[in-house]
Amino acid sequence: MAGFFTLFYKELLRFWKVSFQTILAPVLTALLYLMIFSHVLEDHVQVYPGVRYTAFLVPGLVMMSLLQNAFANSSSSLIQSKVTGNIVFVLLPPLSHLEFFGAYVLAAAVRGLLVGLGVLLVTLFFVPVTIHSLFWILAFALFGAAILGTLGIIAGIWADKFDQLAAFQNFVIVPLTFLSGVFYSIHSLPDFWQQVSHFNPFFYMIDGFRYGFFGVSDVSPWLSLAIVAGSLLALSFATLALLKRGYKLRH
Amino acid sequence: MVPAIQIKGVSKSYGALRALCDIDLEIPCGEFFALLGPNGAGKTTLISILAGLARADSGHLKVLGHDVVTDYRQARRKLGVVPQELVFDPFFSVRETLRIQSGYFGLRNNDAWIDEVMERLDLTGRAHFNMRALSGGMKRRVLVAQALVHKPPVIILDEPTAGVDVELRQALWQFVRQLNQDGHTIVLTTHYLDEAESLCSRVGMLKQGKLVALDSTANLLKGHSGTHLRLRLANGTLPESLKPMLAAAQTSGEYELVLREYREVENVLAELRDKGLEIAHMELEQADLEEVFVKIMRRE
Repeated sequence: MAGFFTLFYKELLRFWKVSFQTILAPVLTALLYLMIFSHVLEDHVQVYPGVRYTAFLVPGLVMMSLLQNAFANSSSSLIQSKVTGNIVFVLLPPLSHLEFFGAYVLAAAVRGLLVGLGVLLVTLFFVPVTIHSLFWILAFALFGAAILGTLGIIAGIWADKFDQLAAFQNFVIVPLTFLSGVFYSIHSLPDFWQQVSHFNPFFYMIDGFRYGFFGVSDVSPWLSLAIVAGSLLALSFATLALLKRGYKLRH
Repeated sequence: MVPAIQIKGVSKSYGALRALCDIDLEIPCGEFFALLGPNGAGKTTLISILAGLARADSGHLKVLGHDVVTDYRQARRKLGVVPQELVFDPFFSVRETLRIQSGYFGLRNNDAWIDEVMERLDLTGRAHFNMRALSGGMKRRVLVAQALVHKPPVIILDEPTAGVDVELRQALWQFVRQLNQDGHTIVLTTHYLDEAESLCSRVGMLKQGKLVALDSTANLLKGHSGTHLRLRLANGTLPESLKPMLAAAQTSGEYELVLREYREVENVLAELRDKGLEIAHMELEQADLEEVFVKIMRRE
């Protein structure tokens, strides 16, 4: 287990040493989103009865930042190590594929959660946010961060260059996040797009997370939890299989 | 006794390119072994398979009796590899790098050994330097230290002195020699054949993925080249009886004779004396590993 803890610690240290870029910058970005969207839409949009648009927006922004940063952590760490060649330092020791997986996912989840917490704390200065159930908030935050940390490992292993990773991020992760209901409720969409949204697993993460704040959601939080947990399980098995095979890591 | 490294029938291809072809090799414990070959011969591929960085298409490899695939945890614990590429993690200092590497091998509180390794490699003064701030030579020293943090009984150095200054080269060899004397098995790949000749007791040579020579350094030197006698005559030309001994390349006015053994010198001198020839200049040269290497590579 010492190997796992060391790799986990190393991954934490890696992003902590550049925390301006990895923690503070995404918090500031989320704050800018909040200020601009609330300025433009506050008086025009009400998604849930009795909930101000700005308050509605906060959990979405928290979750979006959390997901994107969890993904960024594991994927950027792996691609940097692969491109610079220092990946050998984790491939030469007797680390199992399970330890490798666990350390990268956990560190990614920690960064995602820290950024999410940062966004929440900063927005509290501008918008009062209620908490309906801490259980649902934590459950979806943890599952969401773990899923994106896992996707980050897959992308980091698959990509051979930064360009490919950027494509994965910009053409898969960002659209799935933006189109998951961060800025709106899917009930405001036409029927067809509502149906399409149900195929987006990110929608369930954000919808369930938002339920924890307002006690209102587009679908049942239990259904969301089942889908999110199932997604994490499937992705974890797939990633562990890739790591066991040494896909693109051990030629 | 279990050999330090056991390689049986190992082959590896990258697409149409056959990188390794049915390699059999055994390196006993405590040996200082040189794995030589031109670029692309398969040295690094073989080392990568041994270290678990690549997988063989067929065959088996063991480190101190532990299979590198089925018992990879034990095999990797026994092995320390200094990679050929000058790689480093730019986020950490030298000490952090070594502590983290220790942790990967399950070692905590390893500072006493880390301090000793840093001392031996003259890194102590730079323990708190970020890796980016180090020169190429210093980064190379850290790579060596990283390979040694878990005190591996088998150490592989893949061209450790490429682009390294004389001072570090000497310090490194002194350290590695000491490790070998302490019982560590050392496998070295290098293009500096004088280093291999002076350090290694046995040599394996790879060419296009095949093991084309495997013998003790002394036998290779004796068996493939012998001694060269250079002489310039003050009068006349080389007698016909000595011409079969001439080496292929000759410079004008100077003869180079290839002797199988030292005692043939006496015959040459007697022949010259008989013919009334006088020697203006003469020198004896022992063939070196580089010559053997070139000969074997041309022949195979």
